[in-house]
Amino acid sequence: MGSTNSTLIKIPNVEELMQETGFSTAHIIRLHDRFKELDKERRGYLCPRDFEAIKGLAINPIGDRIIGAFFSPGRETVDFYTFVRILAHFRPADNSRPKESSSPEPINSRTNKLKFVFQLYDLDKDGKISRIDLLKVLRGMLEMQVTEEQLDSIVDRTIQEADLDGDDAISFEEFRKSLEKVNIDHKMSIRFLR
Amino acid sequence: MEGAWDIASVLFQVWLSMVVVLIMLPAMFGVSLGFTDLYIKVLVKTLEWATRRIQRGQNEQPTLPSQSANGIIEKDDGSMEEEIGELRRSHPKSLAGADFTLCDVFYFWKKGIENIVEDQVTQRFTSEELVSWNLLTRTNNNFCYISVRVTIIWGLGVFIRYCILLPLRITLAAIGLSWLVIGTTLVGFLPNSNVKNSLSDLVHITCYRICARGLSATIRYHNKENRPQKGGICVANHTSPIDIVILANDGCYAMVGQVHGGLMGVIQRSMVRSCPHVWFERSEMKDRNTVAKRLKDHIADKTKLPILIFPEGTCINNTSVMMFKKGSFEIGGTIYPVAIKYDPQFGDAFWNSAKYNMVSYLLRMMTSWAIVCNVWYLPPMNLKNGEDAVLFANRVKSAIANQGGLVDLSWDGGLKRAKVKDSYKEEQQKMYSSMIVGSDCHENSVGPT
Repeated sequence: MGSTNSTLIKIPNVEELMQETGFSTAHIIRLHDRFKELDKERRGYLCPRDFEAIKGLAINPIGDRIIGAFFSPGRETVDFYTFVRILAHFRPADNSRPKESSSPEPINSRTNKLKFVFQLYDLDKDGKISRIDLLKVLRGMLEMQVTEEQLDSIVDRTIQEADLDGDDAISFEEFRKSLEKVNIDHKMSIRFLR
Repeated sequence: MEGAWDIASVLFQVWLSMVVVLIMLPAMFGVSLGFTDLYIKVLVKTLEWATRRIQRGQNEQPTLPSQSANGIIEKDDGSMEEEIGELRRSHPKSLAGADFTLCDVFYFWKKGIENIVEDQVTQRFTSEELVSWNLLTRTNNNFCYISVRVTIIWGLGVFIRYCILLPLRITLAAIGLSWLVIGTTLVGFLPNSNVKNSLSDLVHITCYRICARGLSATIRYHNKENRPQKGGICVANHTSPIDIVILANDGCYAMVGQVHGGLMGVIQRSMVRSCPHVWFERSEMKDRNTVAKRLKDHIADKTKLPILIFPEGTCINNTSVMMFKKGSFEIGGTIYPVAIKYDPQFGDAFWNSAKYNMVSYLLRMMTSWAIVCNVWYLPPMNLKNGEDAVLFANRVKSAIANQGGLVDLSWDGGLKRAKVKDSYKEEQQKMYSSMIVGSDCHENSVGPT
């Protein structure tokens, strides 16, 4: 009967997490329940296998990339904080929060959302989406369904379009520019119903 | 000392005869004395009162919008083409044909993250969440402590459920099952005749009625004119083993299942003495042809009772209907679909076999308030010309989902334990690639490079 408060007490540093990510109490509890549900062996952390067990994710063409986003390079486990912090990128923007110039930009701002997706395209982490990066991502998404030639032409066209300074790669600014008309907040946000 | 024993035995006899007169005899004749209805009415009033108090207590907190039973996050229902199309519309490039754009990936990202937060399959294998608390600790998810009065009522509820209802229900279940075994064995001695069949039906129905009272079950049957006939196959959505009791309260069915040992085995063997049921050995179940043949033979004989089958193959939590296995739809009989919907407010009927074994599940059932459900008999369906078993199964599934107000999913219930087949992922890839390269280029791309 006092389950809300008792669940919160079980999560240490939850105040900090709420402050950093902007999730409300109810949402943190929901995410915690979900984390526990995914962590079938109750180890307190998740590994790639736990994500792969999610059916909808297993059929997603970029399922592997999404799972990879949760694990920092070299790490095989993700704890609850990292889990929530990654998911915080997908929180809808709060227009009601007053903008304080001293506080850091929230995780779910438009820029940060774009940076997040950019990082996934930019496989070699050199700050640019090169031809090779894009080829790898598309090949991962489509596997056997397209030929090499088709892939090459798609990659060529995409880079040509977005590349404004002619260096045959897409920088973050070029990326941002090519997506300026897309309603990122709507298309890259998860809204809780309760 | 002896005096105490005498008093105890007298009390016990009084209690037992009360049970027989007030519950068993009416059950045999299908008469209801109205106790259960009264009980349900009182329960509804109490729960409404509790809900109002909880809402009043929660008014200090910001009110969250009322939820749909199907999710905690908002989902766009569009298909892949629609959603990606919308994304691309805001892109400056004009798209004469199909092509890849950087923003396409947002769609897959969002879907992926949606699935991480809540996926359509896993949530079907856990109990449905309630809108408002029904004073059972087991359903207490996010409901906070409110007031002394609610706590007192809750405590009273615990006492009533565990100390009064539970012993009564266990007695009834014991009586019901032993009567089933004894009655069917006795009927089994009679030579095959119409008399034997009617007696067998009577014995079966009486036992199921007693068991239903053992769960304080209130069942409303709709469209009784569509009730399954002999020589047909009755198909229903599966939530728990209690479904059998629910359906058999209003008709006699031939059960299908695996042969078990122990108590279940005793019940199975005695049931089959009075009228034919279809029990399979474990080895037989693996051979689909043997299974199909036995079922075909059964329905070909028009004197035998309709078969009861649950094509989902596993228990689902009654918010959705999952893929129907096509085996039962290939046999060729007339299908009588039935939709069963439980009201979760009074007791959660879903059997989470990963969490609870049969005995703890039954105890949970018997310590809930009651089982309230609606059963709809749907008009019979047959295989149409040119339709294959899979399409037919989906058609029946949609009809059941529609009637029961359940979500119609095409996921396989077997995914509870198994991994997703690679073919599903390939399907998604194919769909997306046809958006990028166009479907006319597809013939060139098929085949290993």
